[in-house]
Amino acid sequence: MSDAARHESLIDALGAELTPVRRLLPPWRRALGWLLVVAALAVVLFARYGATTMLHRWHAAPDLGVAACGALITAITGALASFMLAVPGRSVQWAWLPVPSAVLWIGASGLGCLRAHIPGMAVLDLHEANHCLIFIISFAIPLSGLMIWLIRRACPLRPVLTAVMIGLASASASASLLEICHNFDAAASDLVMHALAVVIVIGANMVMGGRLLSRA
Amino acid sequence: MAAAQAGDQRAYTRVLNDSVALIRAVARRQGVAVDTLDDVVQETLLTVHRVRHTFDPSRSYDAWLSAIAARRAIDTLRGHGRRERREVHDEFAFDTHADRDDASASAERAQEAQRLRKAIQTLPPGQREAVEQLGLKEHTLAEAAEKTGRNTGALKVNLHRALKTLRDRLHGES
Repeated sequence: MSDAARHESLIDALGAELTPVRRLLPPWRRALGWLLVVAALAVVLFARYGATTMLHRWHAAPDLGVAACGALITAITGALASFMLAVPGRSVQWAWLPVPSAVLWIGASGLGCLRAHIPGMAVLDLHEANHCLIFIISFAIPLSGLMIWLIRRACPLRPVLTAVMIGLASASASASLLEICHNFDAAASDLVMHALAVVIVIGANMVMGGRLLSRA
Repeated sequence: MAAAQAGDQRAYTRVLNDSVALIRAVARRQGVAVDTLDDVVQETLLTVHRVRHTFDPSRSYDAWLSAIAARRAIDTLRGHGRRERREVHDEFAFDTHADRDDASASAERAQEAQRLRKAIQTLPPGQREAVEQLGLKEHTLAEAAEKTGRNTGALKVNLHRALKTLRDRLHGES
């Protein structure tokens, strides 16, 4: 069979099995759907812990507030970038979108180590810091899973880059949620645990998510 | 393409036929060799069919198609790169030691046939059925459709997919 005839026969075959499809929603609406799930979790945590401790920490150490805002913006921009990258023909430059806020988040968290201790607030020991690690990872797993499931319905042509964005979005969303129930001053051990959690989440997404998405 | 998303077959076959030239151009730009351009076209058409719901009519069709074609071109280049690293090219040996009909050659052929049969057995049921009916029993499309109760379009698509799977598997093993 000549190549032209091969194409024609495939096109005829694909035409014959054509069924109407439901168009994918725009990436920003899909990202919004995922962020609503994060918001629902935040509402549950606020109902359980209230906002007083969080506001007290932010008041005493504004850099923690800046870091939390950075994490929240990274969750939003990371989610948007992930859903954008999952649609063929969208620019790969979207991957840069969460970078400035991620720099703000990581930079402000790091600066937190240098300032004076918040009076009247316990400093986290290594045992408590493990809780942060477990908290971030255990929230990031279902959030990543949900986003991977949503993105598999699209067509991520750069599966590994998309998976890294998914990891960044879910790790920053989990770190934002942790801020609500985090009743310790940020010490170096705490920040190391946060960083470790973020690296684990992004790395796991890169390996597992990349594979799952490349089969999508 | 927007009409095709709604199920318009004529618009769909027209847009796919019109897409072939652009897919070839994109593949050529990516550095795909002329003799494998058509593999990229086939792969891209199958992907377009699978992900046609991701096209947004308010955006450029060409940009959407080019992104898919470029990715399939890269996949093809990588696949060939892997295969070439494994295969040994020695034209002199090939010319002077042509296959002789000895015991080892026939044993090798029997092994190859065995591998092919095994690979066919592991195909998903729809694809296996298409290979068996159209390839092995050499039934016509109409006969195969009657025997399997599937329409001819589905049989053709299954055959295309089966051949691709078999090609990948056998090349992957060799």
